[in-house]
Amino acid sequence: MGTPLIELTNVTKNFGPVDVLKGVNFTVEEGKVTALVGDNGAGKSTLIKGLSGVQPFDGGTVTFRGEEVHVRSPRQASAMGIEVVYQDLALCENLDIVQNMFLGREEKFGGTLDEAAMEFAAQKALQSLSVRTVKSVRQKVSSLSGGQRQTVAIARSVLRNAKMVILDEPTAALGVAQTEQVLNLVRRLADNGIAVLIISHNLADVFEVADNVNVLYLGQMVAHLKVKNTNRDEVVAYITGSKSMTGVA
Amino acid sequence: MSAPTPISTGHEGTVRDQFRSYIQRVRGGDMGSLPAILALIVLAALFASLSPYFLTTGNIANLFVQASELTVLACALVFVLLLAEIDLSAGVTAGSGMAVFQVLFGVLGWNWLVALLLALVAGALIGSFIGFFVSRIGVPSFVVTLGLFLGLQGFMLLLLGDGGIYRLEQPELKAIMNSNMPVWAGWAMLAVAVIGSFAFGVSDRRRRTKVGLPTRPFIMLIFKVAAIAILGGLVVLLLSVNRGQAMLAIEGVPIVIPIVLVILVVGTFVLDRTVFGRYIYAVGGNPEAARRAGIKVAQIRLYAFIICSTLAVVSGLLHASRIGSIESTAGRSIVLEGVAAAVVGGVSLFGGRGRLAYAAIGALVISIIDNGLGLIGLPAGANFLITGGVLVAAATIDALSRRRSGVSIIRT
Repeated sequence: MGTPLIELTNVTKNFGPVDVLKGVNFTVEEGKVTALVGDNGAGKSTLIKGLSGVQPFDGGTVTFRGEEVHVRSPRQASAMGIEVVYQDLALCENLDIVQNMFLGREEKFGGTLDEAAMEFAAQKALQSLSVRTVKSVRQKVSSLSGGQRQTVAIARSVLRNAKMVILDEPTAALGVAQTEQVLNLVRRLADNGIAVLIISHNLADVFEVADNVNVLYLGQMVAHLKVKNTNRDEVVAYITGSKSMTGVA
Repeated sequence: MSAPTPISTGHEGTVRDQFRSYIQRVRGGDMGSLPAILALIVLAALFASLSPYFLTTGNIANLFVQASELTVLACALVFVLLLAEIDLSAGVTAGSGMAVFQVLFGVLGWNWLVALLLALVAGALIGSFIGFFVSRIGVPSFVVTLGLFLGLQGFMLLLLGDGGIYRLEQPELKAIMNSNMPVWAGWAMLAVAVIGSFAFGVSDRRRRTKVGLPTRPFIMLIFKVAAIAILGGLVVLLLSVNRGQAMLAIEGVPIVIPIVLVILVVGTFVLDRTVFGRYIYAVGGNPEAARRAGIKVAQIRLYAFIICSTLAVVSGLLHASRIGSIESTAGRSIVLEGVAAAVVGGVSLFGGRGRLAYAAIGALVISIIDNGLGLIGLPAGANFLITGGVLVAAATIDALSRRRSGVSIIRT
């Protein structure tokens, strides 16, 4: 059992008259891959946006390492160590891997860019994740495949000393081999002690990589399951609402 | 666990490996200003064979002086082109800056240095005006600067009067384009360039070694510095020969050359080695990614337009110095040549790709066409047709190389 890094209790969010999150309880543990699944409109995106400070929650409590916090902005979330890797990757294709990994947080040396230090750190970060698919850290991102780009985006969060990495549909646009690479990377991220939250529609991916599965259904968390204790049919039943609230831990 | 495999940094391997990976990059569509350099060589050979005057020292000096004005304007435009923006008003901004100078210096009788400084400030104000509308309001730069292109022509007419042409009398300013440095100063300039580039190269290598990174073969740095020494030495040598026709000796490197070189070096330093420069490339490559990385996109855009307009005034000064007068109609057509120079040199219109050196090479190409066609006596019409053709060819190469490097043409 990992220690909970972040714990949501009775969290709510509404947009005008629409209650999108109706009292959600949810924990993400260090060194574990936690999957968040649910049908379209279940509130997955709203939950991530609350965690990353883009759209703060309306009610409920969030504790981070046991202390209550109020995440009000992406900058604050980032300072706490929460990094989001978006589905449409936030990379500049005209820049190389090192430049992208340090974008917005460049190392400086006497007022100018410290390319050597950044190159070294980027190389180490990629190596710590056992990335073998990238040829050179000075390759332009435009020359990389979708899987390699996803790798760079994930490695960037490691460079930033993330304690929790949120991955939004990381394999949505990838082929079979590249999906495998990215899932391996996700696993290594957790093995390095980082709390990983993965949002996916692809249950095959979830069962391959995740330790815990949480199912959102119409703004409520209807299931917290351990991957080894459940199966695909059960998860689908929760997602579609044909099974509810039983077995909630 | 297996041992981590080292990921290369592009600095490993022999000269041969380095050369091979360069060829690979070029074939992948990352050509830089290679097409422009080839065009430069072909054009120079063509004009040299067609006109006996083309390779005379007098004409070579002339060519560099003519190109300097366009080089500075093209460099100014690079800052906004890198953001995938455009400044159609850069030429008339140059003219307006000099009109402000004329009023302060010629009419009000202020000190010429103060007047010049305020002319540059006027440029910066025009740039912040454009930057405000583009970055804060969201008006396309094409439209804002088209409006200013018209508006500033009116501004110049109001300041200088209809058909206003004023002589530029200040000897220091006239000297920029019309006088030469002593011969020794040309060689000193070259020495500074050679020693400077070597020192930069060595300090970069030291920094990499200190951190524990591989460095390129030392011989490559020697090659690079030797190339600067030989090419630069050739130019300085040609310009040091007396090119005067009569009794009066005309020799030495024109004063404008070191001015342009300083702009190129400082500008390149800012773009390559500062955080601001990095952010310009990032915003030009993917504004949304830049924003998510915490870059203040609007602020970067604003500064880029300010730099562009201020540098444009410098090119206006060079123009006024060359023709010896300040006119109310200055700068109407040169902006298109400036954009052409940048694009011909390899600066992408799609943003995010290009360097100041590319703009300088492009400016040389445009100037050599102008100069050479003038020498072989083709009508002005042919000049426009050929320059236009070269521009379309360059833009085509830009678009094709983008496609090849796998970047989609559609901007999101």
